[in-house]
Formats: sequence, structure tokens, C-alpha cells
Amino acid sequence: MFDSTSSIIVGLEIGTSKICAVVGDLSADGALNIVGLGQARSRGVRKGEISDASLCEEDVRHAIVEAEQMADVEIRSVYLGVTGSHVRGFNNRGVHPVVSADREISEADVQDVIKNAKTINLPAQNHVVHAIRQHFLVDGQDGITNPVGMLGARVEVDVHVIHGNLNRLQNAIRTVKGLQLEVDDIVFTGLASSLALLSNEQKELGSLVIDIGGGTTDYVVYANGIVKHTGVLAVGGDHVSNDLAYGLKVPLSRAEKLKIEHGSALVEEPDKGQTLTITNELGLPLKVINREHLRRIMSLRLEELFQLIAQDLEQSDALNYLRAPVFLCGGGARIPQIAKLGEQVLQMPVSLGKTNSISGLKSALDQPEFATAIGLVKFGSFQQRRRAARSSLTEGIKTTFGQLFKRT
Amino acid sequence: MENDSPTHAQAIPVLRTFGVGDTGIKAIELMMADGLMSDRFVAVNSDAESLEKSAAGEKILLEDRRLRGLGSGGDPERGRQAAELKAEQFKALCEGVNVVFIVAGLGGGSGTGISPVVARIAKAAGALVLGFVTIPFDCEGDQRLFLAQHGLDDLKEIADGVICLPNQKVFNLIEQNTSAIDTFRIINRFLADGVQGVWRLLALKGLIQIHPEALLRLLHERHSECAFAVAQASGPDRAPRVVDKLLAHPLLDNGQALANSESVLISLTAGAQLTMAEVKSVMEQIKTQCHSAQVLMGAAIDERFDDRLAVTVITAQKLDQEPAPRTTQTLDTQLLERTHTAKPNSRFLPPAPALAPEKMQQMFARQNGGRSAQRRASLKMRQGQLPLEIVSKGRFDKSEPTIHKGEDLDVPTYIRRGVPLN
Repeated sequence: MFDSTSSIIVGLEIGTSKICAVVGDLSADGALNIVGLGQARSRGVRKGEISDASLCEEDVRHAIVEAEQMADVEIRSVYLGVTGSHVRGFNNRGVHPVVSADREISEADVQDVIKNAKTINLPAQNHVVHAIRQHFLVDGQDGITNPVGMLGARVEVDVHVIHGNLNRLQNAIRTVKGLQLEVDDIVFTGLASSLALLSNEQKELGSLVIDIGGGTTDYVVYANGIVKHTGVLAVGGDHVSNDLAYGLKVPLSRAEKLKIEHGSALVEEPDKGQTLTITNELGLPLKVINREHLRRIMSLRLEELFQLIAQDLEQSDALNYLRAPVFLCGGGARIPQIAKLGEQVLQMPVSLGKTNSISGLKSALDQPEFATAIGLVKFGSFQQRRRAARSSLTEGIKTTFGQLFKRT
Repeated sequence: MENDSPTHAQAIPVLRTFGVGDTGIKAIELMMADGLMSDRFVAVNSDAESLEKSAAGEKILLEDRRLRGLGSGGDPERGRQAAELKAEQFKALCEGVNVVFIVAGLGGGSGTGISPVVARIAKAAGALVLGFVTIPFDCEGDQRLFLAQHGLDDLKEIADGVICLPNQKVFNLIEQNTSAIDTFRIINRFLADGVQGVWRLLALKGLIQIHPEALLRLLHERHSECAFAVAQASGPDRAPRVVDKLLAHPLLDNGQALANSESVLISLTAGAQLTMAEVKSVMEQIKTQCHSAQVLMGAAIDERFDDRLAVTVITAQKLDQEPAPRTTQTLDTQLLERTHTAKPNSRFLPPAPALAPEKMQQMFARQNGGRSAQRRASLKMRQGQLPLEIVSKGRFDKSEPTIHKGEDLDVPTYIRRGVPLN
């Protein structure tokens, strides 16, 4: 019944604030349909990385069970999202001389140059999560997507490499494996979010996706249809709550609630001098809080977050490639006025991302929090399609991320 | 910047570097290996063997009957006495010199004992005296730390500026399994880099020159604590990279030292193609890290640098209060530090204890025995002070801190930016 050609694809995101499993059904004609969603409050994760494995395992089980019930399937394997401050991205170039007598670039040359680009001098404990092919150069001529059959003396390829600390990546994988689930692949969550939000046209135009999660903020820049830059900041909604708890002198749980109920990314005129009264469960007043302070603390933190991203993009020269708007997702995208704050800092149009090009549960797709998990399913569907295509041609050829990603 | 040289262009100052003790000599060897003129260096030691190997232009062997050329035996007092005997020779070497660097490792006999004497003589000869010293590892034992602390205090009192590199800080920098030899080599390298940074600042034909007086003013507060770091980078994006390296430098505590400093000296050295844009970008990036500090900068061209860019940063942080005068300690410790009769500019001269010779003998005997609890207490008193307000990191208390360019992002933004909430 559940054979290896199962068309069920599951994306699992172990986030700092919630754990989310999304079940997608890939039909024979290649259309992706979301059929199930399970989520659980996350307790064992800090800054995107597991801090308490047993708690985390329990929460993952809840999310998976919920998703199984909703989709009415048995989940065997998942595409797992990974993030954390240790995850880094950079661009690398591989070079390969064409040695054949007629100078025609063959499939083998292309394989070799990609292999060269992936041999990066990384510390031993680091593991390459993705090596995404950008484009080829033949004798210095830029912008070639497929050099096979062209003539040239030298072929080069640019790849975007995303790597992380192997042990810390393994922590998440081990937790999932402890539940008798297979991990099809690990995917950088920022990349998954961008897959869910961006259409091919937007990738072509150049766009930035910022996923403001609970513990980390991931961002990905697409330009000319390829991944140009990725980054992770271990700052997220948790930091906002923590700042509020410290600044307003309230417990963390209360700070979290205040953030959701009264938070805003901007301090506006009417907020000045306004106060809020915190009441206990009986409705008796406990404490009076200045609303301006609340929003000032939030605004400063979020402003800094955008500034750090802007600085990083400026350094990597990625800002010049953006012609489509900036998209926000993750729980942080729910903060009122955050798009406006982002526009002020980044000097670009900012809008909230919508997950498109997937049909299915409408309620799930409209939420910015689920972008990553949906993106994971989408990543899985690309991989599945590619695998199906490959296995029909040449059995047993190992697929690599780079090739999988070429068309996305 | 704060440079008073443009009004009256003055000649390049004459510099001389004294490498004192084994550590000092090794550090100046490194500098000479880097191509600085060897006749500007003086090696001073009580150990004939290490002097023999040195390539320094001048060598001074301190010996007396008791030392027999075998070193000072870890006793600063012996080193001090031996140095006093050679005072004339030191004086001759300091004649006509504008700036004297003293490079030494404190905690042993030679460096700890000789350095203050050299500093005093150089000072009397009219030179500006800068000390670059190391303090032993914590694991080297309380005795050495204690000696080093005393040597440092002595030197601070005499010299115009002392820049101190606690070896312990180097631990953050090295791999866990670095061999002991390599570790000490790294420390010597740091010392050499530090001296070279200041050296270049003063000696090289500067685009933006720093007058020794300006440097002096930065370091003059005798009770300031200094940290220094040197970083180099080359290639097209060397300016941003060198700043990143600096901010990640362990000796600046991930940039915290910059944020806490009151005055900062920045020296850039590069080949002839140093652009003003690079100078500007480096300065701007560093300045954002130290809002409240007074910044002094210099830039120099050194043809040997090709496309390398080296930035030396010295930060000075005034202590909240002057260190407690040493009279508050017990008589025992007072006896340990000699009565400096000829110490110039000393802020405090302890009254000579009027004690019977027998009593003094008795106390010396006690000193040479086990360390008293009182002295242990006096050591503790000198430890650094905690900041007044400790910002709790709340839920991130136990997690790995998010350090981004020297800022701990787990601390609320409004606190780091100093935005008042009232």
C-alpha cells in the first residue's frame, strides 16, 4: 500500500515557537495538493536549535499525529527544515578545463565542474546542506544555463553553498529518527519559505524573502532566477518577548501575550501617553503599562533586525538585484505595521508573502507561519518529480541537490 | 583628527626598543625578523645564553657574583639590583631617544625586576616610555601572578603608558590542542605586533601622523587599562574584512573593549595604494562601535606592505576609581615592594616603616614561607569590577549568545542603544 513511489510528501518544521507538519499529495500529473496539517507548541527549541531533545520529540510526535489524522495517511518520511545561527551561505566558483580535442563541452565536463565547485574548504565539522547551481561561464562568457554542446576551453560554474555544523544538524535529524520516521532530506528553512512564497517571475525579477520566526530570522535573495544570497540571524519573536519582559518588568508569558494583543512595529502619534492595564484572571487590575514603551521596545528590536539584514545585503552586493518587492513570512510577519517599518529601513516595497501555486486547505495556506512547512513540501515535490524522471531514464543515479534545484 | 603635528612639521622621532627578559627578547627577535632595523633594539637579560642568540644591535648582560650569568632565578629583586649596576649603560642608550618601548614578560625575575629600572632611567633621560608586557597564565601559580601584578604596578607608576596582555586571554584564541611552544610563540607574536603597530604609527612617514604627545595624552592617565589588537587583511575587500577581524579579536573581548573604552587609538598601515575611501570605511565602522570614546587616528604608508592593510587598535579605559593606595595592605606586602627612593612623579610614597632590624628579618622570613591569607585577600581586591547593572538575558540566559560584530543581540536593543523609557 505504501510503496516507495508514494505520492505523499510531508514537510516538518521544528520551529522555536511551534512544530508544524504539512502533508501534501502529489498527483500523477504533478499537481501538489495540501491535505493535512498538524502543529504543536514547541518547548524544547531555542533560537532554532533543539535544546531539550525529549520534550522536542514529544512535540514532534503530537504534530505528526495530528497531521496523520487530518490527512488520513501514515507518515513514513519527512522533509526536515533546519536553521540556526551556525547555518551560513556563500557563493563559490568551480573551474574545469575542457580537454577534449574538439573543445566541445560534454556532460562529463559539466559534472566535473560542478564537483569542483562543491569541493570547498570547510572545517571538518561542517556539512554542506545545499549546493545550488547558479549559472555557467564558458571562457569567461557569463549567464549560460546549459553549456553542454558548446565550444570552449574552460568552463566555470557558480554555486551557492549553504552549510552548517554537522552535529547541530544531526540533532534535529536524530530527534525525527527517534520517532521511527525517515528523513528524506534536510532543507534550509529560509529556502523553503522562499519556495512557498515566490513565483518564477518574482525569482527572475529579484526578490528578498525574510522569514521572521520565533528564534531565528532567515533570509534569502533571489536574482535572475537563482539563489544569490542566504543568511540566518539568531534573532526572532522570542527576542521581542524577552525585551518586553525585561523592559516592562512582566513575566515572559505575559510579555508574549502583550506582544500579540497590543504589539506594533511602529510607534505612532496616538500611542503617546496611552496606558494598558493588566488584569489577573478575576479581572482585577495588577499593573499599568505604558503602551508607548511597549511599542518603542518592539519597534527598536525589529528596526535593528531589518538594519542587520540590510547591512548584510549591502555588503554582499545583493541589494542591487532586487526589483520585485520584499516578502515577509513567519510569525513575525503578523506584527502590525511591520511591512511599513521594513519599507522605512530597507527603502523598498515590503509586503506580506502569500503561499501560491499550491492548492488545498485554504485556512492553512493563508497563514504566514506555515510558509516554511509548505515550502518543505514543495521542495519535496520537486525532488520527487526529478527522481521519477531520473529513475525512468537511468536507474540508480544519485540525485544531487544542485540538479534538483536548477529549475526551482 | 586630533593631530597637532600639521602646524609644525617635526622630524620623525627616534625610537628604541628594549627587550627585557626571555619573553621580551623573543618578541624583539620577531620584530627584527619582520625587517625592522636591528640597531634600534636592545636586548637585556641576566641570562648570557639567550643574549648570545639574539640579533639585537645592542646587548646588555646583567650579571653579578650571585647571578653568574644563569638568570635571575625568578627573583625580581636580584634582577633589579643587577640592573641598577648597569644604570650608566642604560642611560647612554637612552640619550637623544624620543620614545622608548619596553617589551617584557612579567612574572619571572628578569622582566619583572629589570623593566621598572629601565623605565625609570629612560624617563629620567627625557624619553617617552611605553611598556608592552605580558602577565602569566592563571595556571602558572599565584606566586608568579603576584610578582607580575607588582611589577606591573611599578611599571605603570613610572612609564607613560603600559599596555598589558594577560596570557589568559590568548586561550580564547588558540585551538584546544595547540602545543605549549606554539602558544608562547603566539603570545610573543602578539607582543611583537603590538609594538610594531605603535612603532609604525610613530616612525613611518605618516599620511596622517600621530605626534608622540598625542599618544602620550591618550595613555597618560596612569591608571587606565589598555587593550590592543592588530589585524591584517589583503585583497580587494580588505577594509571591511580587517574590521571584522578586529571586532572578532579575542583581546578586544569581541568588541566589548571598544564599546567600554574612553579613548581609542587607531593606526592604519598599508602600501602606497591605500585609498582615502578605505581609511574612511575602516574609521566609520570602528567608530560605530565606540560612540562615547575620543578617537585618535593615524595612517602611514609602508612600501613593504604591498596590498596588505594592517590596523592597530589601542583602547584605554579609565578605571572608575584610582586603585587603592598600597598602604591599605599589610606591612608584609609593603616590605615586598622596595622603597623606591629615586622614583620620579610618584603619586604616593609610602613612609618608610620604622622597624627594628630584627623585626624586619622576622618579616622577611615569614614572606619567604607560605603565602599569608592576608596577601591572598589583597590579590583578590585588585580584580576587575563588575558593571553596575547586570542586564539579565532572560530566556536566553543559558543559550549560546548571539554575537554580531561585537554586540550581544540577546540584550534588548533599547538598552544597547541607550534609549530612555520615560
